[in-house]
Amino acid sequence: MATAAGELPRAARGKKQEDVGQIPQWKLMVRRFRQSKLSVAALFVLGVMYLFMILGDFIAPYQHDVLDSNNPFAPPTQIVWGPDGPGIYGLKQELDQEKFQWVYTIDTSTIYPIRFFVQGYEYRFLGFVPSKLHLFGVEAPPDVNARIFLWGADKEGRDLFSRVLKGSQVSLTLGFFGVFLFVIIGSIVGTASGYFGGVLDNLIQRIIELIRSFPDLPLYMALAAALPLNVSITVRYFLITVVIAVIGWTGLAREVRGKVLAFRGADYTAAAIAAGAGHWHVITHHLIPNAMSHIVVVAMLAIPGSIGLETALSFLGLGILPPAVSWGILLRDAQTVQAVVTYPWLLIPVILLIITVLSFNLLGDGVRDAVDPYA
Amino acid sequence: MLNFIARRVVNMIFLLIIVSFVGFWIIQLPPGSILDTQIQRLRAQGGNLPESLIQALRTRYGVDDPFYVQYWKWISRSLQGDFGTSFETDQTVAERIYNRLGISVSLSLTALLFTWLVSIPIGVYSATHRYSWPDYIITFVQFLGLSIPGFLLALILLITASRLWDQPIGGLFSPQYADAPWSVAKLMDFLGHVWIAIVVLAVGATAGLTRVMRANLLDVLNMQYIQTARAKGLQEATVIWKHAVRNAIHPLVMSLGTLLPALIVGETLIAIILSLPTIGPLYLDALRSQDMYLAGTILVMLSALLLIGNLIADLLLAWVDPRVRLE
Repeated sequence: MATAAGELPRAARGKKQEDVGQIPQWKLMVRRFRQSKLSVAALFVLGVMYLFMILGDFIAPYQHDVLDSNNPFAPPTQIVWGPDGPGIYGLKQELDQEKFQWVYTIDTSTIYPIRFFVQGYEYRFLGFVPSKLHLFGVEAPPDVNARIFLWGADKEGRDLFSRVLKGSQVSLTLGFFGVFLFVIIGSIVGTASGYFGGVLDNLIQRIIELIRSFPDLPLYMALAAALPLNVSITVRYFLITVVIAVIGWTGLAREVRGKVLAFRGADYTAAAIAAGAGHWHVITHHLIPNAMSHIVVVAMLAIPGSIGLETALSFLGLGILPPAVSWGILLRDAQTVQAVVTYPWLLIPVILLIITVLSFNLLGDGVRDAVDPYA
Repeated sequence: MLNFIARRVVNMIFLLIIVSFVGFWIIQLPPGSILDTQIQRLRAQGGNLPESLIQALRTRYGVDDPFYVQYWKWISRSLQGDFGTSFETDQTVAERIYNRLGISVSLSLTALLFTWLVSIPIGVYSATHRYSWPDYIITFVQFLGLSIPGFLLALILLITASRLWDQPIGGLFSPQYADAPWSVAKLMDFLGHVWIAIVVLAVGATAGLTRVMRANLLDVLNMQYIQTARAKGLQEATVIWKHAVRNAIHPLVMSLGTLLPALIVGETLIAIILSLPTIGPLYLDALRSQDMYLAGTILVMLSALLLIGNLIADLLLAWVDPRVRLE
């Protein structure tokens, strides 16, 4: 299954194949990966997203959970060029008596300048360095309603841009760790099942069959609903990760088992055993390295599903719970047509989610082609 | 063949028993039950509940029994078609489920049919016209279809529809027809609502299956018997449809088993956005309010659907491909 960009004309590939066998395998992989332009673009997009996530608190102008009754559903702020650089106008809030909505009018009398590298709320940079420095902020007297909402505000007047950044710290990592965890479980169990066989294999296969007899999403929902509610955000985050892993490992374990069964019968394994190698040596030196490329591909392709799953659970109110933020939580505001037609910027988290999932899919496709560079 | 079917059915029944046990265990895991909420609500409404009444309620719902007793009560009644009374409303579980399960199943079957009708021809076209512009476009749309969450597509369609016809079109009927008896007008109204649900339900699966169909057909087209078929002068259409597609269609048949239950509940989010009276939202409510008999019954029923779907898929596969029977 090659993507459009992954298929090069035969001639171009033929020319490059001369030094195959003379350069390390990882170089071949990198070369093959770079041939699929879509995957490289996806890697770049994801790189930018994760960079924004890491620098989230520095980039965010406001705290994600500070309510502001002056700005519920404030539209994205228009940025104008003032006497000293970019700036914004203040907003006036009025209640539309007919539709019962807040309407905002721009007060064009004064331009409040946007300043870079300003002092703002206190946070811990990268989780441990205390800092108050923020990338940008608006210089305005406290009694004026001039706040910068790059992506508008939600129903409580919270800055959507800051909330999306904060939410990405959950949404972009939880699915990742979930997959990481189930890759470890799946690899160990699958290897054990395929290598030792017999009763152990039978038992493991029956357990997998049992888990697979449940439909996916309902089982995830039931497990997530069984998690305790009154725990800290970190614990909840960890528990959701475990839920994703507990069900997800079965598919991988089956595939690893199949691979291990094949490699176990190979001549080099028989040679290693004849030369007196122990189980541990055979598994870590012959079986795992051979199955590795397959495991990596399965893991890469599982990440987007896992990210989507976290979002879906949070959206349903079974995953991450407010006051914590994830993209799924943000989507809860965008679930009615009414809200989305009136406040279209509430859809921004959805667009980011689509870009993320699409990028991971494309990246996984490129990696699948790259791990087998001799093909 | 009979032996094959019998073996599969016995295996399925055995699995279903274990599934019901594990499923019920998971559902009753969270501490407390909806009875606690119920009692609190009654207290908030009107003063003191006598301790004896609470005790009577607890015995009636059996919330203090150990797990295995609860399970036995529930499963033995279920087998007689009595799934117990939902805690939340006084309707029986059976009543609440059947209403919605009917809608869910018919929606999903239609969506499944739609998926097959669209993905097979497109997959075949895409494979037979590899690396042409239509193929590139199909590939791109597939990736998009796989990456756009169904509920977003539901929102987009709803917004477009409400802009075009200037009326909200969630649900299955317009308000004026909701309680009306069936008529031509009501049928038209129903069709006007239901196509959004079907399209949205089917999009993800269609994208996936088209991709699978394309990949498989490409593999099969390299086989020597295809060359032979062409060499002996068969029409290209016969070569493709009779020789190639029939051998490439296995995964689609296999997907029948997983797709049906996935379609039925997987789209809980879509059902919430489109306000469809299907089983998904009911399951979510039951989980949230810890209505354990209701949630447990739905979970086990869906597992049964999955297993039955798998069984049907296996039988179909054995029918399509005689080699499977000999395993």
